[in-house]
Amino acid sequence: MKIKDTLESYAFVLPAVTIFTIFYILPFLWIFQLGMFDWDGILPTKIFIGFDNFKEIFTLDKSWWQAMRNAGYITLIALTFQNILAFLLAWACDREIRMKNWYKVIFFIPPILSEIVVGMAWRFIISDVEGANMVNRLLIASGFPQLVRSWLSDPKTALTTVAIVHCWKGFGFGFLIFLAGLQTIPKELYEAARVDGANAWQSFGRITLPLMMPVAVLVAILTILGTMQAFVLIIGLVGGEMAGHTSVPVLRILASMRGSSRFGYACAQGITLGAVLVAISFIQLRLSRKYRSA
Amino acid sequence: MRVSAYYTTKKVTINLLIHLFLLSVVLTCLYPLLWMVLASFKTQETIFSDIWLIPRQFHFENYVFAWKEGGFGRNFLNSIFYTTSVVVGIVLVSSLAAYAFARMRFPGRNVLFIIFMAAIMIPIPGSFVALYVLLNKLHLRNTSLGYILCMINVGLSTSIYLLKTFFDKMPQEFEDAARIDGCSKIGLWWHVALPLAKPALAVVVVFNALNVWNEYILALIIFDSRKLMPLQVALKSFQGEFVTNYPLLMAGLTITAIPIIIVYLLMQKYIIKGVTQGALVE
Repeated sequence: MKIKDTLESYAFVLPAVTIFTIFYILPFLWIFQLGMFDWDGILPTKIFIGFDNFKEIFTLDKSWWQAMRNAGYITLIALTFQNILAFLLAWACDREIRMKNWYKVIFFIPPILSEIVVGMAWRFIISDVEGANMVNRLLIASGFPQLVRSWLSDPKTALTTVAIVHCWKGFGFGFLIFLAGLQTIPKELYEAARVDGANAWQSFGRITLPLMMPVAVLVAILTILGTMQAFVLIIGLVGGEMAGHTSVPVLRILASMRGSSRFGYACAQGITLGAVLVAISFIQLRLSRKYRSA
Repeated sequence: MRVSAYYTTKKVTINLLIHLFLLSVVLTCLYPLLWMVLASFKTQETIFSDIWLIPRQFHFENYVFAWKEGGFGRNFLNSIFYTTSVVVGIVLVSSLAAYAFARMRFPGRNVLFIIFMAAIMIPIPGSFVALYVLLNKLHLRNTSLGYILCMINVGLSTSIYLLKTFFDKMPQEFEDAARIDGCSKIGLWWHVALPLAKPALAVVVVFNALNVWNEYILALIIFDSRKLMPLQVALKSFQGEFVTNYPLLMAGLTITAIPIIIVYLLMQKYIIKGVTQGALVE
């Protein structure tokens, strides 16, 4: 009876475990193996080269680190601009105001759209095509014609433009999590603080901010993981996988794989990025534990 | 009296400012989308001359052309087919596993569950490289089945988590009653657990449906033939083909975005719940 029960239980998890093993665990292990090889992805011969791929990434591959810096820059803007905006919006919605649900529904429309659609739509809105660029039109109309430029092809503005579109797409996500967090703070706390003579700023600084710290750390880590791996939006925005001065790490991996047919090298790049991200998550977990115990 | 009037005015002003702030963001959210949709009804000539957002004349030709000549009809049906198959697959596979994790005791249960959860937290940015190699070996590349299986795997961990949390809280009495009536374990799962789990299943369905519909990178590396591609990837070859025909492109984008917006507006309660719960896994 006992054995029959156990076997029955395994039958329940078997489909999930099978799919997971073949399509997650196997590729996961494979990446580490392939990272040690020089292989074009087609020929049966793989050449074992040990850590040469990693050596190349760390010593020679300038475009990889440029891509990492680009992603870091976009992440920095997302962490500050996007998340502060998300928090302010959540804070503004965390009260008895009219149309609260409407705001919630609308702010989450950009996050549910696909990155390729958002990228391609924005590409058109800020494109160089005469008369189509809404931002430039707005600048001319408001009396700043000297600021008009081709936002995506000008190397000075391209990356910031990408970052802002990324924020446009992503802020609604942080907004929802911040709002959920704010709503868990008991209103009696604010009431008690008011009775004790605290003004709005004091209760914001002494109640809202400290209680929201774990949520902020969570949003920060999700932003970092999401933004460092973002690339589809950029494909949409620049119209292809060759992103030039707005290239990001995953696009470099894709280029190693599809462009130069270096599968081993692509895997090594994936491991490098993955290691950076895991390290960041780890630091975050430590941080959030510290805040929770404090 | 004057003091309270002062406070009311202050409150009204603050509320007004808050609404102004929120409304300006609403406008920034909606404007590009309105632009996209309304531009799809213009023609190549009027799209730049017509500075008004709303076209003077609505042209539906773009949609007809995109659907037929552009081959979007085919890709649209592909997207529907992939989304439905993957969601059905995920619901069956993950609810079976979640039910076992929550309601049964067996050796290795905790380890297995932790491995599934670890997959949510460990990012593997190069996984598509290995998946490409794997599918080639299994002769599943450039096939619908290969894509569907890969996508079932993508949604598995989060769905198992969401459903397990639900089954954990499910009262024992329902199962006991059914067991006395001679219900087998699989019967308990199908007749008792699944019907009770409807709210959690709704979250799983909607969440995964959005995810599959919007997926890009796996579809990009798996499919070579345009006939098999879902909308997201087809958009790119579409863009390559009709690179200067902006109204047509906007029609393509609208066809791709509208189903998701409609599903979202109908099911936003579940989506918002799924997002907040999904994020709290971490």
